[in-house]
Amino acid sequence: MDILVELLISALLVIGGVFGLVGSYGLAKLPDLMTRLHGPTKAGTLGVGAVLIASMIFMLWEERDPSFHELMITLFLFLTAPITANFIAKSFLHRHSDEKAKLPPTGTDYGWASFDEPPSTADDEPDSLTGPRRRSN
Amino acid sequence: MIGYALHFSFACFAIALLLNLYRLAKGPSIADRVLALDTMVINGIALLILYGITSETTVYFEAALLFAMVGFISTVAYCRFILRGDIIE
Repeated sequence: MDILVELLISALLVIGGVFGLVGSYGLAKLPDLMTRLHGPTKAGTLGVGAVLIASMIFMLWEERDPSFHELMITLFLFLTAPITANFIAKSFLHRHSDEKAKLPPTGTDYGWASFDEPPSTADDEPDSLTGPRRRSN
Repeated sequence: MIGYALHFSFACFAIALLLNLYRLAKGPSIADRVLALDTMVINGIALLILYGITSETTVYFEAALLFAMVGFISTVAYCRFILRGDIIE
């Protein structure tokens, strides 16, 4: 039993290290930001998740005392990685609005998100948003 | 066996941190630098957890959780600053 648990922990540690290294290598190697985002957000998060789960099994096996802190950290990282990736991509597009010239037409009535004006939402917005702004000063 | 795996994992994450530092120094756009900093925080969490396994204590989990939260908030604040020119409007 002990050798099996040890094997499992070692395998998770090695997998975590390899995935973390691959994610950061992708960050250093890939050609532009939109491809670079893939490395850390997918491979890197998986690597850290594997290390955290290895730590959880190790503590469970060593201390005979279940702790779910690592599960909490893993869940937090898995939840926040797409949010930060979305924010970084948005800020990149905000700084490089010339990227729009490379895009083909969308083929629909609407343009590209975050480059073109959004379709009119006057129908479903309350008056307080679309009406004239009243300022007190 | 766990000792060898730990050393291998330590080496992997150390090289990963160096690669992130390269991207942080070189990164052509500002978003690259923010992404490199965010990845450095995540790799730092992994190193902290590995050190916790080495020393067989559970003290470092709280530190790792704090690292994760502060890293997320700082990344969002930086991106928001780039997008809006202000953090809390």
